[in-house]
Amino acid sequence: MYKIVTKTCLCSKIKSMEILAPHVAKNALAGQFVILKINKNGERIPLTIAGTKPNNGLVKIVFQEIGKTTTLLGSLKEGEFIEDFLGPLGKPTKIQKYGKVVAVAGGLGIAEIIPVISEFKKKKNFITTIIGAKSKEFIILKSELLKNSDSIFFTTNDGSYGIKGSVIDVLKKNIDINEIDVVYTVGPILMMKAVSDLTLKQNIKTIVSLNPIMIDGTGMCGSCRININNKIKFACIDGPEFDANSINWLEVISRLDTFKSQEKVSFDIIKKECKCQKNQKYKKEILE
Amino acid sequence: MSKESKIQERNLGIEKFKVNFKEINNGYTYNEMLEEAKRCKQCINPQCVKGCPVNINIPKFIHKLTKNNIYQAMKIIKSKNTLPSICGRVCPQENQCEKYCILSKNKNSICIGNLERYVADNANDEFNSTKLIAKKNKIKVAIIGSGPSGLTCAGDLLKIGYDVTIYESLHVAGGVLRYGIPEFRLPKKILDIEINNLKKNGLKIVLNNFIGRTQTIKDLLDCNFKAIFIGTGSGIPKFPGIEGENLKNIYCANEFLVRTNLMYAYNFPNVDTPIYIGQNVAVIGGGNTALDSARTAIRLGAKQVKIIYRREEINMPVRKLELIYAKKEGVQIISLTNPLKFIGNNENKVISIECIKMENNKKNLLKKIKDSNHIIKSDMVILALGSMPNHTIALLTKGLKINRKNGYLVVDNNLMTSIPGIFAGGDIVGGSTVIEAMYMGKKAAVSIVNYLKNY
Repeated sequence: MYKIVTKTCLCSKIKSMEILAPHVAKNALAGQFVILKINKNGERIPLTIAGTKPNNGLVKIVFQEIGKTTTLLGSLKEGEFIEDFLGPLGKPTKIQKYGKVVAVAGGLGIAEIIPVISEFKKKKNFITTIIGAKSKEFIILKSELLKNSDSIFFTTNDGSYGIKGSVIDVLKKNIDINEIDVVYTVGPILMMKAVSDLTLKQNIKTIVSLNPIMIDGTGMCGSCRININNKIKFACIDGPEFDANSINWLEVISRLDTFKSQEKVSFDIIKKECKCQKNQKYKKEILE
Repeated sequence: MSKESKIQERNLGIEKFKVNFKEINNGYTYNEMLEEAKRCKQCINPQCVKGCPVNINIPKFIHKLTKNNIYQAMKIIKSKNTLPSICGRVCPQENQCEKYCILSKNKNSICIGNLERYVADNANDEFNSTKLIAKKNKIKVAIIGSGPSGLTCAGDLLKIGYDVTIYESLHVAGGVLRYGIPEFRLPKKILDIEINNLKKNGLKIVLNNFIGRTQTIKDLLDCNFKAIFIGTGSGIPKFPGIEGENLKNIYCANEFLVRTNLMYAYNFPNVDTPIYIGQNVAVIGGGNTALDSARTAIRLGAKQVKIIYRREEINMPVRKLELIYAKKEGVQIISLTNPLKFIGNNENKVISIECIKMENNKKNLLKKIKDSNHIIKSDMVILALGSMPNHTIALLTKGLKINRKNGYLVVDNNLMTSIPGIFAGGDIVGGSTVIEAMYMGKKAAVSIVNYLKNY
């Protein structure tokens, strides 16, 4: 059992938790992830590690309530427990001095990119961060982003914060003005694909952090397989980061919705189950 | 039935049986056991023992059975085999002990597996209430992986008094016995009993710990473990490397079996892990995993299940009884056929497989038959093509050597790896069956004891 030590609502649907898991906290590096299972009948889901406090044994995860498991996770309180928590998994980000690094993040990727840019910054890279969100509300962890970036751009779809538009517009302008050594991108799959479509035309080295369906996370089940240069690789042990140039995007995108209809069934059940309960909880949490 | 013919599984006579997740083979009744045990010739130079990877004294335990002394029979088996209730169910006896039985010439071998299982199922409670454990010596040994090799190694070391901890990356112990072998072949209850017996004898199990990542081998050595056994299994599934293999609804057997056996996806949406079941399921491969997958698909409601195997049916490296069961359940075997590519629809879902017929040429080499391409309709494909070793632990442990040719961990005759004090066995060094893994677990336990003596 793994204790939820802190819980924070970053916005209405995105929450952050610190889980007590001392070994994971001690050995986790930027770019790695965990797999958790809430209870006996739960599924195993991967979540990127958004930070650690090794001295306190804490691992930070950030998640958006988009399905049954994440919604259930969001309903747990500080002091409650998660049954299973495995990590750190995957290869850590290769941190080196590139020079000019552009980090492009959207959605939950905003939280996931923080440990990565923080490590890149320690290696004296110049970090330009480009953040994309639906609206102002979804721009989370702003102070940490600012702290770890040398230059930062915020974009929102509706223009409620920063530049109105997408990360791609800003990235284009940056490419035109600056010499970029590497682009690192994490977030929604279509955003990552758009980023890499753009950067590959310009021959800019691009690293993407993929998030396919996983079960065991140790290389055994084969569900996270990715076609890399026509060879099968596993995101859980060979990734989750890959060179954007080598990815068969259409396949990756297609495989992500393998269980779409079943996921909807699951989600509908939990939505029904805790609709009233949840609404009350949200109100309470937001007031707090 | 004459006294000289063997007592087969009772279900074999039944034309068609109800297909569910409950164990098919119910095991012998007392009378059946006795009748079968009495057929044993009690050879002076028993060949069956030589056919057993762990050299159980088979005639001796059978003799005890004829005297109705199940406790003593169990004692004899347990001195060589830590997990008899499992081996009695999953060992390919027809290629091992039963193959060498003197009665095998008349196709009338003693059903040693069934007798072993009878002993284990009926003596377990009595046997395990008696403690056989030596005085604890407080020397710590770590075992990585809770599959058959790890559990066996742990059991043998516990008996001698070592302080044993198993590290398991999944959320439950058992390894392939848990996630791989389905309930209808090996009930989880049996596995739980075996694991609980070890726990009662002092075994500690740490779950959710992927050694190499969660903690390193060095971390373990720093925690005062004096020896380590690596039994992490084979791990990485193989893929055919043909067009369309990443289409939707093409699963590798590991994923399909993990979803059902480990995550209980057949109870979806009462459990949260989903599974897809096609109408026309095609399983590619011809081993036990292929059979397990096909039979699981039938249980989950597939209308038709075909096994597509490139060689002849007789070459299938499977436990023969399970093949008989599979066919009775409606699994079709399409032999001498190999997939060339998977064809998908506009949603990237698999709809059919282009296959080619194969033949054995004069030199008995498998060859494609020219222009024999044909289409097999299938809306769900399960790839059961075997696996390769997972190198994660080797890559993260300085000095742990891998054989470049076959990918296995390098071990010496005592199963010690390139690092003194660290041993390995089971699939990670090339032992591919449960009993081979157990044999290696046992052998490693002896090596560990010897190593620690000189330590």
